[in-house]
Amino acid sequence: MSVRMRAILLPLYAIVTGIVLGGLIMLIYHYNPVSAYGALFSGAFGNASALGNTLTYAVPLVLSALGIAVAFRAGLFNIGAEGQYWMGAIVAVWVGYHLVDWPMIPHIAIALLAAMVAGALWGGVIPGLTKAFVGAHEVITTMMLSYIAIFFGHYLLEQGPMMAPGYLPQSPPVAASATLPYFAPLPTLTDGFWITIVMIILVHVLLFHTTLGYKLRAVGASANAARYGGMNIAWFTVLSLGISGGLAGLAGAVQMLGVENQLSDSFSSGYGYTAIVVSLLARNNPIGILFAGIFFAALSAGSQTMQINSGVSPYMTDVITGIVVFFVAADRLYAYLRIRLSRGAGGSPKGVKAQL
Amino acid sequence: MSVWAQVFGNPELYASTLALATPLALPALGGTFSERTGVVNIAMEGNMLVGAFFSVLVAASTHSPWLGLLVGMLAAGILSMGLAFTAIRLQSDQVVVGMALNLFASGITAFLYNTIYGASGTPPTTPYLPTVTIPGIAQIPFVGQVIGQQNVLVYLMIVLVIVSHYVLFHTTLGLRMRAVGEHPEAADTVGISVASIRYLGVFIGGLLSGLGGVFLSLGLLNSFDIGMTNGRGYIALAAMIFGKWTPFGSLGAALLFGFATALSFALQGVGISSNLVAMLPYALTIVALAGLIGRSRPPAADGIPYAPSK
Repeated sequence: MSVRMRAILLPLYAIVTGIVLGGLIMLIYHYNPVSAYGALFSGAFGNASALGNTLTYAVPLVLSALGIAVAFRAGLFNIGAEGQYWMGAIVAVWVGYHLVDWPMIPHIAIALLAAMVAGALWGGVIPGLTKAFVGAHEVITTMMLSYIAIFFGHYLLEQGPMMAPGYLPQSPPVAASATLPYFAPLPTLTDGFWITIVMIILVHVLLFHTTLGYKLRAVGASANAARYGGMNIAWFTVLSLGISGGLAGLAGAVQMLGVENQLSDSFSSGYGYTAIVVSLLARNNPIGILFAGIFFAALSAGSQTMQINSGVSPYMTDVITGIVVFFVAADRLYAYLRIRLSRGAGGSPKGVKAQL
Repeated sequence: MSVWAQVFGNPELYASTLALATPLALPALGGTFSERTGVVNIAMEGNMLVGAFFSVLVAASTHSPWLGLLVGMLAAGILSMGLAFTAIRLQSDQVVVGMALNLFASGITAFLYNTIYGASGTPPTTPYLPTVTIPGIAQIPFVGQVIGQQNVLVYLMIVLVIVSHYVLFHTTLGLRMRAVGEHPEAADTVGISVASIRYLGVFIGGLLSGLGGVFLSLGLLNSFDIGMTNGRGYIALAAMIFGKWTPFGSLGAALLFGFATALSFALQGVGISSNLVAMLPYALTIVALAGLIGRSRPPAADGIPYAPSK
């Protein structure tokens, strides 16, 4: 089997396994899996508005996941995309309502750019520099900064400088000139979708068709070899975490300017965490991330319909995705089981391992 | 000035530091065992949730918090075998498996909670794990108020940290664990079973993380709620790294987080914006990490599958 076929077939095997095991769990608790999955599917793709919702939900997931993938490719675990997303959202909304009477294209452009810079500074510069110069582990710094960003957002809204007049913990709405236009064929879907597609292509080109991307992956594959090769590891650490944070910031901006239109206290995204799983499911491949992102978005969008129509807890979709990601990671399980079964129970695991 | 004396002079601050550090120190300790043997473990969050849920499930139906504790720990131990098997036997990416287990655990506990308990939540009659008063110490002024009366799991946590330190650094088993985590080829050469030691490390990791979850559900609240671990498993991961993969280091980092969180509660009482104060634990950690402790180096073979050559 070619490597490319494996890369496509393996997630499909995993998805089927997840759906079957999820169905078994539903059967144990006396639910009808067929009608539950039917409701899930129609809630995600059943009509134009469902499809629009699914793709709308996929946009911030895919953008954040692209960022996480860039960091992973450079051997860094950016676990704090959620906070970088918040910083992007905060800055985009601030630019969105502070600048008035601007023409649309420059207004949107400057809001998106400012959000990317904010995300890049939050995710890239602080964790990157502390990693490069004092060796602070990026898992800790990105996570800690993520919590700080979230509390900072709440502070701004609860009697803070971004609170709109009134009693509700929310910002003023962004100006009409900063609102992303709708993408015609599907309801609710905005031009954020096109921005996402462009970013997927850019990240793909960056990683696989530029010298910079090659070096970045070289650092990820072996930091020591890259260092002996004369590469400046500190610079690549800051750069890859910066790109990573910038994309998460863009995700926050696109969500604000396209969907929410204001920052509010009830806004709790979780996109930054789910995006880690999306990136891992796609094995940090930019094009795979699009499909993995839509898959996650579909489960999430369909889960409400599933609950309403067949009474199954919407958290069932987390069970299924957990199983899917598990089986993608455990890619050698199929080969392992095949060899075990063909040898019978007496097959020695050591021999199995040698063949894997 | 008097406000600060009132905040820092209150033994309650230090007592809650200990209580808040416990559900971080236990999974950090668990992660230490797993990673010392060479398996990267980011599944503490999931292990905690499973421990929290199944301990309540059993404690509520049998009215025995101790049976609940046991089953909660075991459930987490069993879940962690998913990580162990894929990491050791299938050489899977341990970070991906860890995330998968976290997702699965948060899904299955929430699904079972909704399905079994519905809208009413876990029974209010679920028994607690007891709070213990240490005679003699509890009567000492100040100190007694801090360490004299705590939940039984707080004391157990302290004992486990000491025992773990002893096991890891002063026994043959601990030497083997560290050898397998640093240089599996060498360990294999002298006849140590790399796979068995790693299974053991991950299993202990699951048990201890599960115990952290049990503390949240049966120690603090006598109930389970969806997502009740609230990211503590990830903070424990940070505490483990911060503590340089040692039991006392993990405890120290957990105490720092616990203190900063307790301080943020105390400061809210004196009228400082709760959101700004809530940033404190996280900001403190970054400052401490950047300025004080410097580089944390993981065990050399951490996360690298061991494939013996034929």
